[in-house]
Amino acid sequence: MEYDAVIVGAGPAGLATAIRLKQLNSDTEVCVIEKASEVGAQILAGAVIEPEPLDELLPGWRDNPPNMCVPAGKDEFLFLGKSGATRMPLPPQMHNRGNFIVSLGAVCKWLAPQAEELGVEIYPGFAAADTLFDDDGNVAGVRIGDMGVARDGSEKSGYTPGVDIRAKVTVFAEGCRGSLTKQLIRRYELDEGKSPQTYGIGFKELWQVPDGRTETGRITHTIGWPVDRRTYGGGFVYHYDDNRVAVGYVVGLDYEDPNLFPFELFQQFKHHPQIKRLLEGGKILSSGARAIVEGGWQAMPTMEMPGALMVGDCGGTLNVPKIKGTHTAMRSGMIAAEHLAGDELSPRGYDAKLRASAVGRELYQVRNIRPGFHKGLWRGLINAAVETVTGGRLPRTLETRADWSSLQKVGEYPAPERDFYQRDLPPKDRLQSVYFAATEHDEDQPVHLKVADTDICVSRCREEYNNPCTRFCPANVYEMVEDEQGLRLQINAANCVHCKTCDIKDPYEIITWVTPEGGSGPNYQNL
Amino acid sequence: MKAMVCVKRVVDYNVRIQVKPDESGVVTEGVKMSMNPFDEIAVEEALRLKEAGKIDEIIAVTIGPQQAQEQLRTALAMGADRAILVQTDEAVQPLTAARVFAELAGKEEPGVVLMGKQAIDDDQGQTGQMTAALWQRPQATFASKVEIEGESAKVTREIDAGLETIEVDLPAVITTDLRLNEPRYVKLPDIMKAKKKTIDNTTVEELGVEAAKPLKVTRTAPPPARQGGKKVESVQELVSELKNKGLI
Repeated sequence: MEYDAVIVGAGPAGLATAIRLKQLNSDTEVCVIEKASEVGAQILAGAVIEPEPLDELLPGWRDNPPNMCVPAGKDEFLFLGKSGATRMPLPPQMHNRGNFIVSLGAVCKWLAPQAEELGVEIYPGFAAADTLFDDDGNVAGVRIGDMGVARDGSEKSGYTPGVDIRAKVTVFAEGCRGSLTKQLIRRYELDEGKSPQTYGIGFKELWQVPDGRTETGRITHTIGWPVDRRTYGGGFVYHYDDNRVAVGYVVGLDYEDPNLFPFELFQQFKHHPQIKRLLEGGKILSSGARAIVEGGWQAMPTMEMPGALMVGDCGGTLNVPKIKGTHTAMRSGMIAAEHLAGDELSPRGYDAKLRASAVGRELYQVRNIRPGFHKGLWRGLINAAVETVTGGRLPRTLETRADWSSLQKVGEYPAPERDFYQRDLPPKDRLQSVYFAATEHDEDQPVHLKVADTDICVSRCREEYNNPCTRFCPANVYEMVEDEQGLRLQINAANCVHCKTCDIKDPYEIITWVTPEGGSGPNYQNL
Repeated sequence: MKAMVCVKRVVDYNVRIQVKPDESGVVTEGVKMSMNPFDEIAVEEALRLKEAGKIDEIIAVTIGPQQAQEQLRTALAMGADRAILVQTDEAVQPLTAARVFAELAGKEEPGVVLMGKQAIDDDQGQTGQMTAALWQRPQATFASKVEIEGESAKVTREIDAGLETIEVDLPAVITTDLRLNEPRYVKLPDIMKAKKKTIDNTTVEELGVEAAKPLKVTRTAPPPARQGGKKVESVQELVSELKNKGLI
């Protein structure tokens, strides 16, 4: 199959690229493939979004808004102790007047038919498993993964080989830590001269709470408890209409404590009196987790390569101080589309355009804020204030370091006084949480989490880091079990919510996340 | 010989069903919809019959909102030849569905009408039987094996006592059970081809079918939450616990 452009991933960046390409030239044949069973089912974001790119892309969208879309109301920024909360001055990046609280999944689900009306072909349920190259080494398209392969690699009765989709240009819009993007960054050395990319792990639950507790449009962000001062983390609460609230927590994956348990931190955050009084007696509608990209300007790889380019979070266009990536992701897609349409679908020159654009300027300005938190919360906040006042004009760019390398060995990290609550809000544990993610993988398929050397798990890793994979995974995929064969790693791949944290944080860089059978994975509703 | 396959758009089986706060029904906003899995088995069976040379055309039919086209496209991508959408925005009861299918069967004159034994949304399991009655043709329900030979079909049915094999004269209605087959994966190029296949649009009114009087839903409630289990230390304790509860 052959197209002018094939776009990998139907998130905001991919769909914005597709829509813009068609708006600029309706003859361009555009195909979007998406690994989720339907568009939006594997999208997870806070999300408060800036509407300007939508205004430009689809003027009039406000008359026909997506589900779960309310104007931003009152902003607050709290510093939490275990039971108290101190109101902090609101940093300028965190003012949300004019923005909207949305479900990004619902936004994508709403964008997809609008793209299709323009003639874009969208195929959910098909995962791009491999990149195709031509004889000159240019990207030439993608290969869809096979369906109907058994766990042992043999072909089942319904075996259906994946097809090749070839295109003049391939647009990678895989989202944070895209599995193909990761390979391509290495192959074309796109990270040469850049700082290592860094990430966070974000958790989110959508709750239906009892009458009279919500205030539609209200936006709360928190720092402080339950993370210790050396760990970067913060929470959010967004109020929708109809007594629905999104509650979430993000932990920087540059954390050093090998025994840190991000899922527990999120659950503890929910038990802070400020948050708990909102949730108590309510019920969870949906939940999930996803890595978010935090490296910013200095970690952004070269966004183009022969035959292909990157848009959105697989390239790292998120603005951390704003805690927003949707507007920059969409805008990067629109810039890519405009560039491609103006230059016979050649990606060359896109990277420079993106960096010189509003997206680049925005990321450059705030480039030193996130890395400043490597030195702990207080120094991070002071640095953030200085960087904000100077608008990023200080002649320096702070370095980042790779998240896999940041863990300290067991016993080296001073065990912080966690002082946790006895929990009583659901979910009890990660398995209950996965239930609300509605994740589904045919059990009889090859394990899509490739661990290069499982001997390390029982020997070195157990000793050095106490098997952090059993804690950083939000879906309890990794378990160390002891049976007649002795201690071994068990991978519950069917639980996976495709967050990619293991691929990022494993301290030996031996875990590789590859695409499972198309249509597998979480089926998020309104996240 | 033609096969008519009836499919229904339902909330996907992976979705965690949630009851609306006002108990008027279940939440469908932002919820993934797909083809009723039993109907998917019916489509697959029609395809296998076609591949075996027993039938030569497959018509997929659905009753539902405009978006139910998506399920017809799935059937077309699997290999159905054409499709009919009977559009309505009302909730469709089995009797209404049966009247529509019987009317369409009268028009299309299929040799066999296939559909799932029940739909996973309301689990009523009546449409196939009523369609056969209204169409005045035989029925073979809960099929786990279908063999068509000439003018009749030998159908193995899953019944409470085991398996029952019956022979019905064609045309007939066959409703499909879980073990009949495993539906195929849809191939990407076939989805593209399916976009070019025709879907005829009609409505319940245009067909001259009278909709059954709507059932009034008084209340929708989730199943009661399960009480937490309890671990017992010994067989004696188990026995005494069961006795306490009056279970033995």
